[in-house]
Parts: sequence; C-alpha cells; structure tokens
Amino acid sequence: MYSDSEKNFITHPKGIMSWLFTLDHKRIGIMYLIAILTAFAAGGFFALSLRLELFRPGEQFLTQDQYNKFFTLHGAIMVFLFIIPSIPAALGNFLLPLMLGAKDVAFPRLNLASWYVYVLGASFTLFSVFTGTVDTGWTFYSPYSTQTSTSVISMTLGVFILGFSSIFTGLNFIVTVHKMRAPGMTWYQMPLFVWGTYATAMIQVLATPVLGITLLLLILEKVGGIGIFDPKMGGDPVLFQHFFWFYSHPAVYIMILPGMAIISELIAVHSHKKIFGYRLIAYSSVAIALLGFFVWGHHMFVSGQSEFSSMVFSFITFFIGIPTGIKIFNWMTTLVKGHICLTTPMLYALAFLICFTIGGLTGVFLGALGLDIQLHDTYFVVAHFHYVMMGGTVIAFLGGIHHWWPKIFGKMYSELWGRIAFVFIFVGFNMTFFNQFMLGSQGMPRRYHDYSSFLKTDLFERYHGFSSYGALILGVGFIIILCYLVASLFNGKPAGNNPWGGLTFEWSTTSPPPTENFKKDPVLKHGPYDYDKVLPKDIEEN
Amino acid sequence: MNERTFNLPPPASTIAGAYDELFYFIYGLSVFFFVIITVGTIVFAIKWRAKKGEEQKLTSGFCHNTPLELLWSIIPTVLFFVIFIWGFKLYLRYVVIPANATEIKVTAWQWNWNFAYPEGAESNILVVPKGKPIKLIMSSNDVIHSLFIPDFRVKMDVLPNRYSSMWFQSDYEGEYDLYCTEYCGQQHSKMVTRVHVKSASDYTKWIEENSVTPTGDVLYKRYACNTCHTLDGSAGNGPTFKNLFGKSETLTDGSMVNVDENYLRESILEPQAKIVSGFEGSVMPTFQNTINNDKLDALILFIKSLKEE
Amino acid sequence: MDNTAQMEHSGADHHHNPNLAHHFHDMEQQHESIKLGVWLFLVTEVLLFGGLFCFYAIYRAWHPEMFIEVNQLLNVKLGALNTLVLIFSSVTVALSIRSIQMDNKKHAVMFLGITIVCAAMFLVVKYFEYSHKIHEGLLPGKYFVNPEINAVNPHIFFSIYFGMTGLHALHILGGMTFLTWVMYRTHIGTYSSSYYTPVEMGGLYWHLVDLIWIYLFPLLYLIG
Ligand code: HEA
Ligand code: HEA
Ligand code: CUA
Ligand SMILES: [Cu+2]
Repeated sequence: MYSDSEKNFITHPKGIMSWLFTLDHKRIGIMYLIAILTAFAAGGFFALSLRLELFRPGEQFLTQDQYNKFFTLHGAIMVFLFIIPSIPAALGNFLLPLMLGAKDVAFPRLNLASWYVYVLGASFTLFSVFTGTVDTGWTFYSPYSTQTSTSVISMTLGVFILGFSSIFTGLNFIVTVHKMRAPGMTWYQMPLFVWGTYATAMIQVLATPVLGITLLLLILEKVGGIGIFDPKMGGDPVLFQHFFWFYSHPAVYIMILPGMAIISELIAVHSHKKIFGYRLIAYSSVAIALLGFFVWGHHMFVSGQSEFSSMVFSFITFFIGIPTGIKIFNWMTTLVKGHICLTTPMLYALAFLICFTIGGLTGVFLGALGLDIQLHDTYFVVAHFHYVMMGGTVIAFLGGIHHWWPKIFGKMYSELWGRIAFVFIFVGFNMTFFNQFMLGSQGMPRRYHDYSSFLKTDLFERYHGFSSYGALILGVGFIIILCYLVASLFNGKPAGNNPWGGLTFEWSTTSPPPTENFKKDPVLKHGPYDYDKVLPKDIEEN
Repeated sequence: MNERTFNLPPPASTIAGAYDELFYFIYGLSVFFFVIITVGTIVFAIKWRAKKGEEQKLTSGFCHNTPLELLWSIIPTVLFFVIFIWGFKLYLRYVVIPANATEIKVTAWQWNWNFAYPEGAESNILVVPKGKPIKLIMSSNDVIHSLFIPDFRVKMDVLPNRYSSMWFQSDYEGEYDLYCTEYCGQQHSKMVTRVHVKSASDYTKWIEENSVTPTGDVLYKRYACNTCHTLDGSAGNGPTFKNLFGKSETLTDGSMVNVDENYLRESILEPQAKIVSGFEGSVMPTFQNTINNDKLDALILFIKSLKEE
Repeated sequence: MDNTAQMEHSGADHHHNPNLAHHFHDMEQQHESIKLGVWLFLVTEVLLFGGLFCFYAIYRAWHPEMFIEVNQLLNVKLGALNTLVLIFSSVTVALSIRSIQMDNKKHAVMFLGITIVCAAMFLVVKYFEYSHKIHEGLLPGKYFVNPEINAVNPHIFFSIYFGMTGLHALHILGGMTFLTWVMYRTHIGTYSSSYYTPVEMGGLYWHLVDLIWIYLFPLLYLIG
C-alpha cells in the first residue's frame, strides 16, 4: 500500500508491536476505528436478523428466546460498543490534536489504556454471548434483570468497564483542549469539531460514573441480593430506571454532539464558506450538553413516577429543541452564497440535515406529556431513535470518514462509488425506519417477536415487510462502502495535503501526517472558517 | 366510529379525540419545519453550487443576521411553550380519574392478565360496559409489565411493589387489542389479549355467566399454567400435569416427595419452597394473592383428574 | 486557562528537563495539564460516590425511623477514632508536599510514611468494625440474619452502609498504594522543588478520600 520511502505515522515505525504499544494518538484512533467497525458489523448482523424475523407475522427463523437475545445484543453492541466510542474515540482521537496544532493528546498513556480497557470491556460483553447471552433489552430494567438466569453479570460488568474507557477519553480531551492549543489559538478560533468534542467530553466525565455505580449495584443485587432494586426485599425497581436514564439520556447527547461537530466541519469546508453563527453553534453544543442532564425522566412518563416530576421533565425536554434548532438553521444558512461542491461527504452532511430533523421533531411528540402515553414503548420510539442515531450520528460518521479518509490514509476513494453507496444508504435508511413511525402510532409495541395474534396483523405486516426490504438495501450500501474504501488503500490516487480546500491545521500537514503531526510547530494565522479572506491553496504548510 | 387514519387507529375512547388533536397539531408543525429545512437545504445547495472545473475563490463573509437569528430562536421557543401547556392539559385528563368510575382490579404476571370485576367475576380478557368510566387498579406478581390499549390511547406500567391506576371510557362497542408494552421476559410478545366493550345489558349478562367459580380447566388457562405445564406428558418450563398426582418426585436437595393435595397447594402458593430436580432454572410466580380457596380446590381437582388409572 | 503565558515560554525553555514528556512545550504546561487531569478525575470520583449518596438520601427519606433505629448499632467511638486518624493523615500529607517544595527529601519521606501508617490504622479499625457486624449478622440484603431488630427493611441500611464504606475502603487501599510508590520515588530522589507533581497529586487525591469520609461519618453514624 505504501512504499518504504514514504515516512508517515503508518509506515514508521514498523511491526505489530509498534502498533500495540504505540502512544501516537493517530494510531490509537485507527485501532479504535477497527474495533468499532467490527462492533458495528456485529450489531448490523443482529439488526438484519431482527428485520428478517419481523418480515412476516409468526415465527420465522428465530425462537422467542433468540429474538429477545438478539435485540438485546443489537442494542447493547450498537450503543455501548459502537456509537458512544465511535466518533470521539476514533475520529476525535485522530483529529483533535491535529486541529489544535498539538503533537499529541495531553495523556498519551491514558489514551492507549483507554483502548485496552475498551477491548477488555468488549470482551466481557461478548463473553456473555457464549455463556447464554442476555435477554433484558439494552436497558437492563430490574427486577427482570435480577431474576433472569441469562448472563446479565458478564454483560453489565463489560459495560461498567467500557465506562472507564469513555471517561479516560473524555478526561484526556478536556485537558487537551484547555492546555494544548497552538500558540495564538483562542477558544473562539477553535474549529467547531473541537467544540463539539469538548462538550461531549464533559458529559462523558460527568455522567459515566453514575452509570458505573448503578451497574455495580445491579451486579451486587444479582449476586448478593442487596435489596435496593428488588421489590421483594423492600427495594424499588423504578429507582433503577431513574439512575439508568440519569446516565443514558445524557448519553444520547454523547452520541449526537460529535455527529453535529462533524457536520459543522463538512458544511463549511465543502461549501467554502464562513460558517454562519460560529459562536451560537459552539454555545449550543455546551447548552445541549448541560440541559441534557435534567430531562432523564421523559423516559418514564408512564412508569409510575410522580405527576409533578413528569411535568418538570417534559418542560425541560423542550428547551433542548431550541439550541438544536438554532444549529440546524445555522448550517442551512451557511450554504447561502457558498461555493458548494456536492462531494460524497457533503451529500452525507445534507442528508444529516434532513434525517436528523425528522428524528428531532419526532422527539417533540415524545416529550409532550400526554402524547407519550400512546407512543411510549412502541415502534414510534424505535423509529425516533434510529432517525437520530442512525440518520444523525451514523450518517455524520460516514460523512466524516469520507471527509478525513484522504487525510488519514493519503488516498482518494472512488467518488462515483461513493455517491452510489450514498443513494443506497439514504434510500434504504428511510425505507427501513420511516414507516415505523406509523407502525408505532398505530400501536405496534417494541421488543415483540411476533405480531400474528393481533387484530391488525395485516396492517402491521405491510409496514414491517417494507421495513425489512429497506434494511436489506441498507446492508448492500454498507458492503459497497466497505469494498471501495478498502480498494482505495491499494489503488487510490494520492490525496495531497488538502484535497477539499480546508483551512484548519489538519489540512496544512502532509497526508498521512508524520509521526509528530507537523514538521514545525504550527502558529495560528487565521480563523478556522475564514473563506472570505484566505484561499486554501495559500495556507502555509506546517 | 371514525375512520382509520394513516397515523392513528380509529379513536375508540373519550380521550382519544383530544389526544389526536394535539398529535396532529405537532404533526403539522413538524411538517412545516421539515419542509422549510429540506427545501432550504436543497435549494441553497443547488443555487450556490460550484460550476464544473471552476477554480476555488474567496466567498462572501456573510455569517450574521440578527433578525434572522432572533426569528429562529424565538418562534420555536414560543411554540414549545404552546406544546408544553397543551401536552400538560391533555395529561391532566389522563391523571384525574372520575370519581364515579367502575373499579376493575388488574393483576399481571409472566405472562398473563387477570381482570377481577367488582361483581365478583374474573377473566383473562377485559370486558367493560360502554359509556361508563372505568378505572383499572393494577399490580404485578413478578416483574414490571405495562397495559396498553392503542385504540383508547391509554397505557400505564404495572409494578410489582405498588398499585398503579388509569382510566378510560369507551362509547363504542367492539373488540380491541390489549398489549403488554414493558419487556417482561421470554413470552412478552404473547402477553396480548382483547378488550370487549359491551352494551350495559350484554355486560350484565356476561358478568352473570362468569361469576360462578370456574372449573379447573378454565383456571388452568386463565392463570396461564398452560405456558409452562403441559397436559400431554412432555416437559415444559415446569413438570407436566399428566399423571402428576400420586407420583413420587425427586427434589433439588435430593429428598423425595409424594405429590398429594398438600404438596400441590404449597407449590401453587409458594412455588420456590420445593423444586423438582431438573427445573432449577425456571421461576414460577406465587399465586398467594391471586387465588382463593375455592379456586385452589378446583385446580387441584383438575390436576387429580389428569391421572390415568 | 489561557495559553498566552505558555506562548512566551516556548522556545525559551530549551534546557530539557528529563521529566518533560515530548509532546509538551515546557514543564509548566505539563504540570498544569496533569493538575487539570487530576481535578477532573476527582470530579468523577465525587460523582461515583454521589450516586451512592443519592441512594442513601432516598432510602433515608422513605424509611426515616428504620435509619434512626438501625444506626444505633454502629460504633460511634470507632467511627470517631477513624475520623481523627484520617484528618491527621491529611495534615501529614500536606506537610510532605511542603517538605518537598523546600527540597527536604527526608521529611517528605517521613510524612508520607506517617500518612500511610494512618491509612493502615484506619483499615485495621474498619476490620474490627466489619468483623463485629458480620458476627452479629448485620449484613447487606439477603445475608442479613439478625433476628433482634424489628424495624422495616433493616438490611437496606446495611447494604448502603457496606456499599459506601466498602467503596471508601477500596479508595483508601488505592491511595495507600499510590502514596507508597510516591514515597519510594521520593526516597530515590526523583522529586525535588523543581518537579514534584506526583507528590502533589497524591496529596490531592488523599484529601478527597478524607473529605468523603467526613461526609460518611455523620451521615451513617451520627443521625438520630
Ligand atoms: C442520538 C440520540 C438521540 C437524540 C439526539 C435524541 C433527541 C431527543 N429525544 Fe430521544 N431517544 C433516544 C436517542 C436520542 N434522542 C433513544 C436511544 C431513545 C430510546 C431509548 C430506549 O427506550 O431504548 C429516545 C427516547 C426518547 C424519549 C422517550 C420516549 C419513550 O420511551 O416514551 C423522549 C421523550 O421525551 C425523547 C425525546 C427527545 C427530544 C425532545 C430530543 C431533542 O433533543 C430533539 C431536538 C431537535 C429538534 C426538536 C429538531 C430541530 C428543531 C427545530 C427545527 C426547531 C423548531 C421545532 C419545533 C418548534 C417543533 N427521546
Ligand atoms: C447506534 C445505534 C443503532 C443503530 C446504528 C441501529 C441500526 C439498525 N437497527 Fe437498531 N436498535 C438500537 C440501536 C441501533 N440500531 C437500539 C438501542 C435498539 C433498542 C434495543 C432494545 O430494545 O433493547 C434497537 C432496536 C432495533 C429494532 C427493534 C427491535 C424490537 O424492539 O423488537 C429494530 C427492528 O427493526 C432495529 C433495526 C435496526 C436496523 C435494520 C438497523 C440498520 O440501520 C443496521 C444497518 C447496518 C448493517 C446492515 C451492518 C452492515 C455492515 C456491514 C455489512 C459490514 C460493514 C463493515 C465495515 C464498514 C467495517 N433496531
Ligand atoms: Cu408483560 Cu411484557
Ligand atoms: Cu432521553
């Protein structure tokens, strides 16, 4: 792939050991990328199995038990092994120091440790697959989780360990942003990707410990019967839900903020236009991160919490829509008077605006107190969160991968195949999930293996069937992406330093970057999006 | 009754109309914002597209417009207040239960429902008189379940350590689906039953028919014994009932027990007390609070009758 | 939090300190980074215990009589003794930092030693408390077997008691290990007034462990 004369972080130093013990943030980022893509493929395998089972009413090829285990594994793998680490740990690791003009993150050893902790946690999670798997759903609600004989302990222990990896990454990034910026770079000259990752890191550090202690208590409940969650011993199962969502709601913003961070970069760079409302985009990331801590109860409107708490949680929930809306309108307006190239990454960015908006707007239905009563735990919720996670984060992640691929590997992929795959993904995704909104509001409950005994079986069959076809198209799309990206490593055209014409530091060094990132220490000369003042071809090489 | 719509099932309860109004209000808003954003994105992206092969050039520094920014902060804020208040008002209609409501006691367990009526009858399907407010008082014998009737737009979790309640009133006779919507283990997707809304006279008739203590074979299904105990001799999650009575069984601690009336009684009320070896993994819920003496006798009689001479 | 200061430093600082990692410009940037990192770590610790404090608050609000009745079974004297031991150790750890700042290696090692001995004492006292509880059957959850208490759900109090003090004891152990390593490094002369970041960070961590106990003691032992 690379000739020996090219000296960059990939070729130098050599040998598998130099990777396993590397302290280079770029290599750690790539190791993370491989790990999370493996997890994504596994999660996708389970997703396709779910869709095939639901294709027709009645038992198709999974028994009830298998189905329950499959959606648990699908949810847990996608959330804890894939989407939470995805953008921060893979792309963030690679890009954050480059964008700040630093040689590395603040604590390279901690960074490597976080990867190993991730692998350890993932092993525990996957170990449970071989010891009977888990059938609780990714939410591990007690008292079912304390009663079932499946291997909940191994899985929750895995998730507990994964939490540390997330904390390490978050802590590292906060310190890096505070202390490692290039000379001259003030807070308001940081690329918006950095702002987004910074806000994410805050949530990772503040919310994850609470999940840790909750899962620990759940494990103790299961082995030791401590009686805190178990109603038979005077405990309260709803308490578990409160603690679980106290982490897991902020966690949904751990998932989306990095996606939004990518979108800010993609839109500005590919329309060669100063980003509209820089400060508001930056502040809104922080606002979303902070507000996200006070809305967890909107997952529990019908679970028996007090009416007063429900009211407060619903009220605060809507406030998150305001900064989110501001961001979307700002991105849209950035396009005005730009010089727009509809490259593959840009197509993903535009698709994000459309799909994520649908996901966000349907969140408003769920946040409205009375409306959630019908929609809770139906496919409406399933559709909502796939629109934000898949249509938001995963689409942004794909855009990001395409955008920084030439920087990471120094090779261009096939633009034609990129666009073809994009069409598959966009069409397949919307086919899979849009009709699930109707399915849900008509009443189809989630986590159902079979819907053959319903009065509305034929209506549901139509929607479910369509959805399953969509998932297959989606699967084909991902396989195309996999093929041409791997092919580009062998026969891709050299990318050059700055194929898209970006102004941030990462485009001023060679592709792939050298081991210490820059030939000379970069000094900030212009803002990250000064497309009205600086031509990308004129930026100084670092 | 109203027509089935694209998004919501035909409204079959008194609250459904109010529910649907708010639903379609937010729906309209969503379509409005979605169209603005989608059309804006596509139009701008095409309008300011770079020409093929055109050199990169300096672009406009347009990055602020205070009126615009205020517009898209304030309008959503106002709308959110409207939605919140509206949603809250709707919610109040759900939580304020009419004082004259008929109370039906709901018990849920893995994986079945039991409905107990004030007149003394019990059933697995929910039967209610039309045009009267109904209050469900619900509790669970094991894990969390949730009772959902989509056509009525009502749902509430059923918890093991307390009573939860909800109400509805239906003015339309007919048959509707009732689902369990909180994941509760292996046969969660089988915890489906029906609601029958009957005219006042049909309802009274039905109550009368069902008030007598049912026979054991009816109870066998009503309490969902059949999900775990077969009648054909094959082992399910628990021992089969066929030829069970009078048998000697080995328990998990190695001791032997003779299956007689007292053993059966204990096993129904305190299932964990003596477990037959081979069934360690399965957890049967207790029926201590669900079943009275008459029904216990009927069930034991039924099991006795399955012994072949 | 601004980095103009470090701008002026870079370039000037070219006599390389062997303790300076390659990716930092100068010692000050490195020190500041580590300090911020440790503070963030302490925040996560506070939140970890914060979760348990919430459980405590909730169950205490639900069962106030039970908490007051059962809490009488804890040994206030031993708890108070441990509080004194920990406060004292916080002083000695602070003194060790001061000593190393003044390049007094001997005193630094001595004060660290005293701190570690205090930590060990704390654990010994805890051992006696725990074994007494175990003997009486005052254990968490389903292991609770004391027949004499007739409050509602007393086992939950002991779940919380053992959860909180147990997690705290683990932190004492962790702190001891780290301080022992720091003491050894001080002894072989790694640290001096120009570089003593690990000593300072060990001290910070120790203060936090101490602080948590200062909350635990009244909440568990002194209510009622
Ligand atoms: C990436 C992840 C992500 C994101 C970003 C969001 C964003 C939001 N979510 Fe979502 N949510 C999930 C992931 C996510 N969610 C998951 C995984 C679940 C289910 C978990 C489970 O049970 O398994 C869930 C469930 C969930 C529920 C619980 C449903 C239930 O179980 O009953 C609720 C209820 O309030 C909710 C609300 C919201 C809201 C209000 C937002 C807001 O942040 C959205 C804000 C965005 C907009 C509003 C659009 C843009 C704004 C405008 C264009 C302005 C103008 C708009 C108007 C005036 C309407 N979500
Ligand atoms: C990041 C989060 C994420 C993502 C991306 C997805 C992606 C998908 N999900 Fe899922 N899903 C969840 C998170 C996610 N999901 C969660 C949290 C739940 C709730 C679980 C619970 O109830 O507990 C859920 C539940 C859930 C259900 C409901 C199950 C039920 O309630 O009964 C369904 C059903 O249709 C479903 C389907 C899908 C489909 C078809 C995809 C598709 O988008 C998947 C497409 C992906 C592929 C087809 C993989 C293809 C990959 C390759 C071919 C290899 C390529 C390899 C490289 C690039 C290296 N998901
Ligand atoms: Cu009962 Cu699901
Ligand atoms: Cu949420």
